Amino acid sequence: MLSENKKTLTNLMVPLLSVVLGLILGAVIMLGFGYDPIAGYQSMLKGALGSPFYIGETLRYASPLIIIGLGFSVANSAGFFNIGLSGQALMGWLISVWVAISLPDASAFVVLPLSVLAGILAGAVWAGIAGVLRAYFGTSEVIITIMLNYTALHLTNYLIRNVLTDSSDATSRIPEQASLRMDWLSQLAGGSRINAGVFIAIAVTILVWVFMTKTTMGYEIRAVGLNSFAAQYAGMNAKRNIILSMLISGGLAGLGGVLEGLGTFSNIFVQAGIPNIGFDGLAVALLGLSHPIGIVFSGLLFAMLKIGGASMPLGSGVPTEVVDIVIASIIFFVGANYLIRFFMKKFSRGKDVKGGVE
Amino acid sequence: MENRNLKKLLGLGLTTGLILAACGNGGDTEESSAGSEESTSTDDFSIVMVTDIGGVDDGSFNQSAWEGMQAWGEEHSKEENNGFAYIQSNEDSEFVPNLNQALNADFDLIYGIGYKLKPAMEDVASSNPDQHFVIIDDVIEADNVASVLFKDHEAAFLAGVAAASTTQTDRVGFVGGQESAVIDRFEAGFLAGVYAVNPDITVDVEYAGSFGDAAKGKQLAAAMYSNGADIIYHASGDTGNGVFTEAKDRMNANPDDQIWVIGVDRDQTDEGNYDGGNLTLTSTLKGVGQVVQDISNESMEGNFKGGEVSNFGLAEEGVDLTEGNLSEDVWTVVEDYRQQIIDGEIEVPENPADVKAE
Repeated sequence: MLSENKKTLTNLMVPLLSVVLGLILGAVIMLGFGYDPIAGYQSMLKGALGSPFYIGETLRYASPLIIIGLGFSVANSAGFFNIGLSGQALMGWLISVWVAISLPDASAFVVLPLSVLAGILAGAVWAGIAGVLRAYFGTSEVIITIMLNYTALHLTNYLIRNVLTDSSDATSRIPEQASLRMDWLSQLAGGSRINAGVFIAIAVTILVWVFMTKTTMGYEIRAVGLNSFAAQYAGMNAKRNIILSMLISGGLAGLGGVLEGLGTFSNIFVQAGIPNIGFDGLAVALLGLSHPIGIVFSGLLFAMLKIGGASMPLGSGVPTEVVDIVIASIIFFVGANYLIRFFMKKFSRGKDVKGGVE
Repeated sequence: MENRNLKKLLGLGLTTGLILAACGNGGDTEESSAGSEESTSTDDFSIVMVTDIGGVDDGSFNQSAWEGMQAWGEEHSKEENNGFAYIQSNEDSEFVPNLNQALNADFDLIYGIGYKLKPAMEDVASSNPDQHFVIIDDVIEADNVASVLFKDHEAAFLAGVAAASTTQTDRVGFVGGQESAVIDRFEAGFLAGVYAVNPDITVDVEYAGSFGDAAKGKQLAAAMYSNGADIIYHASGDTGNGVFTEAKDRMNANPDDQIWVIGVDRDQTDEGNYDGGNLTLTSTLKGVGQVVQDISNESMEGNFKGGEVSNFGLAEEGVDLTEGNLSEDVWTVVEDYRQQIIDGEIEVPENPADVKAE
């Protein structure tokens, strides 16, 4: 009991310490380049939470990251490294916008659920390809999902230019009824692009937590991840669980894309590269130690760094490039929490020995 | 229920923010006011630009706008970040927060550099009807937005004429950034110019899919030069720097095989310097800087042209071609065509499809 408490404490302390160390390293870097780190962090904080608009934007940015991060964690529990979250999100984004644009006159009760579901399905199918190949042919899901990222990118760009529009680089806007934006919420948040995605993210967090810890299916997925042979021996269908976990993972990534399409942008446009959102979502999941609560916090942290960081050049004169280095170093430290864990263990073991002598 | 959840989430964000704030202030207690220096005297008219993807050092589009701002600042003895400033965008999702930053910093006039900012600026402009905006390269129909278009195809036509009159191999290339209406104009003009001089010349057309991918630009240029093209015209912002790099590498390795690059948007002579000379054949000019300067002055005097669309072509001296390294004979040909366009004898197409049809 006592050691369990201690473990929880360590688990809490590690990410917190990582963030603090990351911020200190960021400050050192700013100092090194000759900029004032206090002014820098102040404008970052102001830019992330300084007004209802910025709070709204930060939450808006965090919502899809959290959902995508949860998606990663589900596959990760089953032992898969789903690196194709970007492609799955892009497919969800594309299909949801496509459905929404195709039904300009339908009522919100029809078009909104339909386009959201279509987006989730698109992401699930995209990830499912890798899941099926893995389950039946043992193909590496890492390679397949990476390649499917590029396929999704170029397929999307092709469809936007040639099918959805007449060689334009962005689709028209989705009809008002299909939008996830809510007037009262936008007004509350000073006209930011915050949308119903925030509530979806909260709901999904709870759902995933319940699913993974309280249901048989979730238990089976975790069992397969721990030891697929043992799981099979215990009578679980490993193949089914592999595919299921990838479908859920992809579906959540697709949902993240839906938030971008129906919430943030209201359209889809030709992308120059694979959208960052998938990789950021992956980082969010790893940062949050694949735990729903951890993912929520790390998603918010990511969003604050990103949205707040954008205010640093104008607010404190720290150039964008240095801001990127600072953000990266913070994330690096949080990601390298193994180091911190290692030192903490050493530190606490030393203490234990002392206690023994007394 | 939803409300309470939102509050909870807001609370989470605030807590994390406080932690960040605590860390930011941990190192030093001296207050810095670099971020809040916003003088409010009477004649402090201030301007700001939000870049499209890429920085103000892209050597072409964003840079020429920024140079215009710097010139304007010099004219009225203002300093960067105190009278004029830029905000860099690295992703499409940053346009809205960046425009809002500009709003919150109380700039009198906000420039959106590039068609990519159109949807974001439409939103922001409609919810802030008292703020004046300028969009370059696209049209926004609103009383508080002035739209500026350039007849890029006219300058590109002259570039085509210059390329066709200079090439030794009867093969030239065109590297575009992202497929879009604006870059279509460049491509169409260039093709039409080449074919006007010699319809038998082969033109290789490739798009990098991005305005910020110098590596892709280098790769595309390498393929074109290897296939026998000796002149490449690029309309691709930062991506074009890769075209210059490839050309310089080749000229350094093999100085006898003369190859050229045609620059875009501003005089790119400096980009073409290599050990043995200069390989920038010529550059098409786009008077973004001049226009920024003019509009800023007009607005400062209270003559903001909200709701109007200005269209700058060869006749208005909004676009042009530099003499660069063109031979005298070629320059004479170019001058001849320039006059024909100004006189309206030649109608330059804006769409590549129309060129092939002729």
